[in-house]
Amino acid sequence: MSMLEVRDLIVSYGGIEALKGISFDVEEGNIVTLIGANGAGKSTTLRSITGIVPIQSGSITFMGEDITRMDTQKIVSKGIALVPEGRRVFSNLTVLENLRIGAYLRKDKADIQKDIDYIYSLFPRLKERNWQLAGTLSGGEQQMLAVGRAMMTRPKLIMMDEPSLGLAPLVVKDIFSIIKTLKETGITVLLIEQNANAALHAADIGYVMETGNITLTGTGAELLASEDVQAAYLGKSSK
Amino acid sequence: MLKTVLPYLLTGIAVGGQYALIAIGYTMVYGILRLINFAHGDVFMVAGILMVYIMASGLPLYISIPLVLLLTAAIGFVIERIAYKPLRSAPRMSIMISAIGVSYTLQNLVLYITGGLNKSYPKIPFISESVSIFGVNTKMVTLITPVLTIVLVVALVLLINKTKIGMAMRAVSKDFETSQLMGIKINNVISVTFIIGSVLAGVGSILYFTNYNTVIQTSGAMPGLKAFVAAVFGGIGSIPGAVVGAFIIGICENLIKGLDIILFKAGLTNTSYGLATFSDAFTFALLIIILIVKPTGLFGEKITDKV
Repeated sequence: MSMLEVRDLIVSYGGIEALKGISFDVEEGNIVTLIGANGAGKSTTLRSITGIVPIQSGSITFMGEDITRMDTQKIVSKGIALVPEGRRVFSNLTVLENLRIGAYLRKDKADIQKDIDYIYSLFPRLKERNWQLAGTLSGGEQQMLAVGRAMMTRPKLIMMDEPSLGLAPLVVKDIFSIIKTLKETGITVLLIEQNANAALHAADIGYVMETGNITLTGTGAELLASEDVQAAYLGKSSK
Repeated sequence: MLKTVLPYLLTGIAVGGQYALIAIGYTMVYGILRLINFAHGDVFMVAGILMVYIMASGLPLYISIPLVLLLTAAIGFVIERIAYKPLRSAPRMSIMISAIGVSYTLQNLVLYITGGLNKSYPKIPFISESVSIFGVNTKMVTLITPVLTIVLVVALVLLINKTKIGMAMRAVSKDFETSQLMGIKINNVISVTFIIGSVLAGVGSILYFTNYNTVIQTSGAMPGLKAFVAAVFGGIGSIPGAVVGAFIIGICENLIKGLDIILFKAGLTNTSYGLATFSDAFTFALLIIILIVKPTGLFGEKITDKV
């Protein structure tokens, strides 16, 4: 049994099917990536898993439990965290408050402080900016904060929506090393990326999405080697 | 000179405090829902009517006041759940129209119950008493209002900045969806906001009607509008802004009421211009000016959405 099992998921926005019945699995301890062009339905997939987007039909099972149509708040408490596209840190809260709010559902005060210290050890830049409003951080720092905030929920699965979007190449490298760190600490990662090359290098398993369907699947290495993927997403000629 | 100005100034400060307590409800609800809650002034009025009936039932004061505040809180909560919550994802205009509907519903309900008669507001011991300060006679409530207002505002600001629910309120006011991802139940946070706003309006109503002696179904309209202008003037969404705006409006309004006499006593004029008539007009002129000159108000944040 996989940690996350998505089956025949259909999601529509205003009569248009954004997801046309996709199925995929995320195994515990893996980095799994969904790659694909704009509008392929990647973000919609993550948003429907968290319960933000209403599901038309299909099922989502997490750790053996059916979470289809569960409240977002409940889903979060089961151990799924989303690092949303565009980071969405609370710009009017301080860095520390952004981390604390990640632990909103937790009651274990002592452990919360430990986790904050741990996140500050991963991201020393955040510690320096402890009392700054999150809105004043740079894009890369905000991304670190968004990841830290998600970690504060003590998730079993972290889903990341385009974490490298709009960041400088050096920062993108940092982000991917963070993703590997997450895996090492035992957190499963479901990653959405337009930067297919970096994502597939990091991923154990990849799925290729096209206009609401999953068209290809394989290990990261297999997909990197696939001519179709190379032509469509890696900018290499298929000749 | 001071003796001429002081009574108007004192009343102005008191009225300002009362406006402030109402204005906070407007500004907090706007901050979280981006909704001008037009029913808020009527909640304030209903709190006044509740006090009339509860005191008439013979309950002692130490039960009546908490009961009035509790019921006012419940009304604020119920209004939000019935009239606004179902419209959470509707266009903003729909929820505003719903607010106007609630406003008239409350007024008509009170009209039905009271028969449209002015109800005299009960005398509350201590705060209804007369007091003399620097040779000026006034009611105790005039002196208590600003102090109580400041105490409540400080408590509220601490709640918002130092507590978990306060942090959640700030988060929800910024981003519903991401707040949900943190496990925050946004509906609960919104309810808390309405409850706080209603309780403060309830406190405001006790102070205000003690000063004005009567309540009728339309009593909430003018103070509600003034408080709304105060909230816009201060920068809607900002609590300190609403409080400062309310005090400025309360003071200016009352100084204008006494302007003829003040000018006469100062020897600047010896005819009466009837300037007092313009005290209400002043508030709304101020609204127009602020909307033209600085639409974000005194403390309003400029909303710059990063794309």
